[in-house]
Amino acid sequence: MNAPLIECTGLQKWYSGVHALKNVSLRVERGEAVGLVGDNGAGKTTLIKILSGVHQADAGKIRIDGKDVTIKNARHAMELGLETIYQYNSMVPTMTIARNVFIGREPLSWSLFGFGVMDQKKMRAESVQAIADVDLHLRSPDALVGELSGGQRQGVAIARAMHFKSKALILDEPTNHLSVKETDKVLGFVRDLKKQNVTGIFISHNMQHVFQCCDRVVAMARGEIVFDSPISKTSIDEVHGYL
Amino acid sequence: MRLLKIYMQRPELVALVVLIVFTTYFAVASNGLFLSNANVRGMFSLYPELAILALGFSLLMVAGEFDLSIGSVMGLCPIVLCAMINFGLPFWPAFILALVVGAAIGLFNSAVTLRFGIPSFITTLGTLFMARSVAVVLYSSGLATTLDTAAVPTWAFSEPLGIFRVSAIWLIALALLVWLLLEKTNFGNWIRATGGSVEAAKAMGIPTSLVKTVCFMICSTLAGLAGIIQVVRIGSPIPSMGESMELQAIAAAVIGGIALSGGVGNIVGVVIGMAIIRVIDSGMIMSRVDASWFKFAIGFLIVCAVIANHWLERRARNIKLEVAQ
Ligand SMILES: Nc1ncnc2c1ncn2[C@@H]1O[C@H](COP(=O)(O)OP(=O)(O)O)[C@@H](O)[C@H]1O
Ligand SMILES: [Mg+2]
Repeated sequence: MNAPLIECTGLQKWYSGVHALKNVSLRVERGEAVGLVGDNGAGKTTLIKILSGVHQADAGKIRIDGKDVTIKNARHAMELGLETIYQYNSMVPTMTIARNVFIGREPLSWSLFGFGVMDQKKMRAESVQAIADVDLHLRSPDALVGELSGGQRQGVAIARAMHFKSKALILDEPTNHLSVKETDKVLGFVRDLKKQNVTGIFISHNMQHVFQCCDRVVAMARGEIVFDSPISKTSIDEVHGYL
Repeated sequence: MRLLKIYMQRPELVALVVLIVFTTYFAVASNGLFLSNANVRGMFSLYPELAILALGFSLLMVAGEFDLSIGSVMGLCPIVLCAMINFGLPFWPAFILALVVGAAIGLFNSAVTLRFGIPSFITTLGTLFMARSVAVVLYSSGLATTLDTAAVPTWAFSEPLGIFRVSAIWLIALALLVWLLLEKTNFGNWIRATGGSVEAAKAMGIPTSLVKTVCFMICSTLAGLAGIIQVVRIGSPIPSMGESMELQAIAAAVIGGIALSGGVGNIVGVVIGMAIIRVIDSGMIMSRVDASWFKFAIGFLIVCAVIANHWLERRARNIKLEVAQ
């Protein structure tokens, strides 16, 4: 299997008059950590919303693992192994950690047509394990997510993606509004993805962050990809020159 | 601090304490009249009906939506039942059809709310007037002026059982079902997620519209059932049945700790919340307090409950989880 994990060609997206994506093509290899940078309004979120099934492209092709796919909805993207984490709305603050980790993928001890009784013991045990696996140690799976700090929430969201064996993890500005210490923690999570052979797409408008945790940087401006290079062969100043 | 957290997570315990306090107070203030056999029996006539009404409403509120039309649906469904029995339909098919009318109203509420992105508060305000109007029109057209009591199986709804009535069994069974749904099933997890954060639920692939629609329909169906139990107990249709009862259901939900913002709440709290309201209503009459104070008391309790929930929530938020590095 030498096909890239994600391969988009010629993606176009209009929002009632706004041409948000102009002929975007992007290949992401397995185990790669790609940093996607660009100013506000460059089209980064639009691109990943298409990959996570929130929006559909108006034109263009997407291949996952070498197979042509049309990503119909969020559920479908998750089934394809693409998991997306947004800054604000990746977790339900009023629910416990254990319930959050399994939203939509609850293990059932008894079921009929997909509806049934949750195995809450398993949910607690596995969510504790999943969180420990990303090196985050929380006291109880029964704590509300709303009580966690921003960085801890991102950690839980990442743990969730890892637990469900996602092939690629897309993080849209996960470090916004985090303290320096918490930001370091999140960057650490991104760096560690590679150890589990998980592909990462890390969106940020902070170039330093991207250079700290990614292998490759892709820059977008005005709906187009304007620069694409391994981190080792470029510099922050050079990328800035393209924006 | 620990105690605060327990309260925050278990508002039904607070409600239970309030219930016990009021019961004790009225028992004393009424010289025992309040706990007399006749009065307790009276309370257990109305209480299960209104508690069933509040159950469905609370479930919908956890899903993050609101239904003001339940009082009107509680009025309309029994009228539909009576009309169909008068048309010659046997009781049980008429019963099912009346509940289907209730469910259809829920579907309508949901469709309008979700399709046009209107706050359900407004949609269901519209339905409140429309359903009540249809009930009155049906009643005054003479299609549903009587309930043929001979055709009605009172044993299934309102027959006395000691100091209780059969309706208490309906309440226990339904409360248990709704509780199981919310606490134990994956669909319950989806309801909480949808009510807690629609965006997050959607991002996780939850069919949030479906979840809300189901809750709207359960809510209206239970409102219809509450009305049917009441009409069987009373023995004749009343077009104003259920009027302003939506307010008592809302009060029960809020007193029981269901968050107005959605996602949070426990069915046990609601069942206790409605008990508190009934106890205050009946207790005031028994202790010869001017009945006009009833609404004041409920209003006061609602404000207290909301403030308490809000305050506890803020306090709990400040108790940060420790990270063991
Ligand atoms: N839902 C939407 N409706 C209309 N326009 C949108 C919508 N989402 C994004 N846009 C527009 O598309 C462009 C790209 O936005 P976005 O993908 O969010 O950029 P970025 O994430 O890089 O800041 C912007 O001009 C933005 O205003
Ligand atoms: Mg963005």
